[in-house]
Amino acid sequence: MPSFMTTVKSSVGKKFLMAITGLAMIIFLIEHLTGNFLLLQSDPVPYNKYAHFLLSFGWLLIVAELILVAFLVIHMISGISVFLKKRQARPVGYHVQGNAGGPSKKTFASTTMIYTGIIIFVFLAIHLKTFKFGPYYETTIDGVVMRDLYKLVSEVFRDPLYVGGYVVAMILLGFHLRHGFWSAFQSLGLYHPRYMPIIYGLGILIAIMLAVGFLGIPIWIYVREVVLKGAI
Amino acid sequence: MKKMTLHLRIWRQKDANTPGKLVSYTLNDVTPEMSFLEMLDVLNEHLVAKGEEPVEFDNDCREGICGMCSLVINGIPHGPEHATATCQLHMRHFKDGDTITIEPFRAKPFPVVKDLVVDRSAFDRILAAGGYISVNAGSAPDANSIPIPKEVADEAMDAAACIGCGACVAACPNASASLFVSAKISQLALLPQGQPERKRRALRMIEQMDREGFGDCSNHAECEAVCPKEISIAHIARMRREYMKAMLC
Ligand code: HEM
Ligand code: SF4
Ligand code: FES
Repeated sequence: MPSFMTTVKSSVGKKFLMAITGLAMIIFLIEHLTGNFLLLQSDPVPYNKYAHFLLSFGWLLIVAELILVAFLVIHMISGISVFLKKRQARPVGYHVQGNAGGPSKKTFASTTMIYTGIIIFVFLAIHLKTFKFGPYYETTIDGVVMRDLYKLVSEVFRDPLYVGGYVVAMILLGFHLRHGFWSAFQSLGLYHPRYMPIIYGLGILIAIMLAVGFLGIPIWIYVREVVLKGAI
Repeated sequence: MKKMTLHLRIWRQKDANTPGKLVSYTLNDVTPEMSFLEMLDVLNEHLVAKGEEPVEFDNDCREGICGMCSLVINGIPHGPEHATATCQLHMRHFKDGDTITIEPFRAKPFPVVKDLVVDRSAFDRILAAGGYISVNAGSAPDANSIPIPKEVADEAMDAAACIGCGACVAACPNASASLFVSAKISQLALLPQGQPERKRRALRMIEQMDREGFGDCSNHAECEAVCPKEISIAHIARMRREYMKAMLC
C-alpha cells in the first residue's frame, strides 16, 4: 500500500488533486460572479450590503478564504509539476508538429494551460491587492457603518488601462476553463461515452459565461462612470 | 503504372550517442499502391545500390497486428490516416510532389537506437510490473466455464486490441504513456481472471510508468486520435478509478 504522499505525487493522484481544486475554484467563481452582478446597478446599496453580509460571517469567511488559497496553491504546484515533467519527458522535440483531429481534444487552450494559469495567478495577486487589500472607504447604510466597496470598484474601473488588462485576463481565464472543465471530469475518472460530449460542451459554455460575465462588469462600469458621465 | 515523385526528409542518427539530423532524399519511382514501408524499402534499395547506409526503421508483421512499426509522419505518429498503423498506410494518401517528414517517436523513455528505431522496452517493464494474471499450471481450463456479460467482454476486447506500438506516447504533448497503460489495466480489471491482482496491478503499473519518466496526462486525447486500434481515453478514466480505488480501499 503506497503512502499518502506517494499517491499525491503519482501521475494519477496529482491530476486528481488538480481536478478537485480546479472544480472547487470554478464553483467559487460562479458564486463570485453572481454576487458581483449587483455592481451593474447604479445604486451602491445592494452591492455594499451583499459585501457586508459576506464579511459578517467573520471567522467562517476567513476559513473559507484560507481553504481557497490552499486549493489555489495545491492546484499551482501540481500544474507546475505537470509542466516540468512534460519537459523532461521529451528532451528532443519534433521538427513538424501535427494534430491528428478526430477524437483529439488537443486545442490552443489545452496546450497553453500553464501560461494561462500563470497569468491568472498574476491577475489574482493584482486583483486582491486592488480590492480586498485596497483603500478603505466607509459608508453608512440603514445606520450600519460598512466598507464602501462599490465606490472603490467604480473608481478603479475608470482607468481604461485597468479595464483593458481585466478583459485580457478574463479571456485567458475562459481559455483555461474551456479545457479545464471537461478535463477535470476526465481526471476524476468520470468518463461516460454518452455524457462526455455534454460535459465537453458545458465546459465551453461555462468558460464563455464566466469570461464574458467577469469582463462585462468592468466594461459596464467604465461606460457608466466615464462614457455616460462625460456625455451628460 | 503511374509513378509519384516524393521529397523525403528523414531523421538520420548513427547511434544513441551521436546527434542526428534530418536528411533530404528524392524518390521518383513510388507507386500509389505501395505501402509506406515498401516506399522506404525502395529508398533503401537505392541507398544500398549507391553504397550508402540504408535507413533503419522498425517493422515486423506488416499487417497491423504486431505493433513494431512506428514513425512520426508529418508530425503525426503512424501518419495521416485514422486507425491505421504505418505498415497499413498506403502511398495513395499522398500526392505527387509531396514533401514528407519522417521522425522517430520522441520520448525520453524511448531512446533512439539508430535512425528511426527507438527502444520501447520501457513498455515491457511496465507490463512486467503488473500486466499479467496468475493461473494454475496444468491442463487448459474449459472454455466458457466463467460466464462474462457480452458488454463487458466487448469492452475488455476493445482494450486488448492495443498492440503496444507506443504511438500514444509519441503523439502526447507530454509524452505520457497513459493510454497504453490504461488499456492493459482496463483489459484485465474487467475480466474475472484479472481480479486477484487487480489492486496491485493498478498501483504497480502506474508506479512503473512514472518511474520510467513518462509525462503526466493532461487529457489532450491526441493519443486516441493516433492510436491504430482506436483505444478510447475511457480506459484512462477507468485506470484512474482503479488507482484511486486501490489506494482508498
Ligand atoms: C481561478 C483560478 C483557476 C481555476 C478555476 C482553474 C481551473 C482549472 C481546472 C478545472 C483544470 C483542469 C484540471 C484537470 O485537468 O484535472 C485546470 C488545469 C490546469 N491549471 Fe488551473 N485553474 C485556476 C488557476 C490556475 C493557476 C493560478 C495556475 C498556475 C500555475 C493553473 C495551472 C493549471 C495547469 C497547468 C493546468 C493543466 C494541468 C494539466 O495539463 O494536466 N491554474 N485548472
Ligand atoms: S494504446 Fe494504441 S497507440 Fe498506444 S500502444 Fe496501444 S495500440 Fe499503440
Ligand atoms: S509492422 Fe506489425 S503492426 Fe505494423
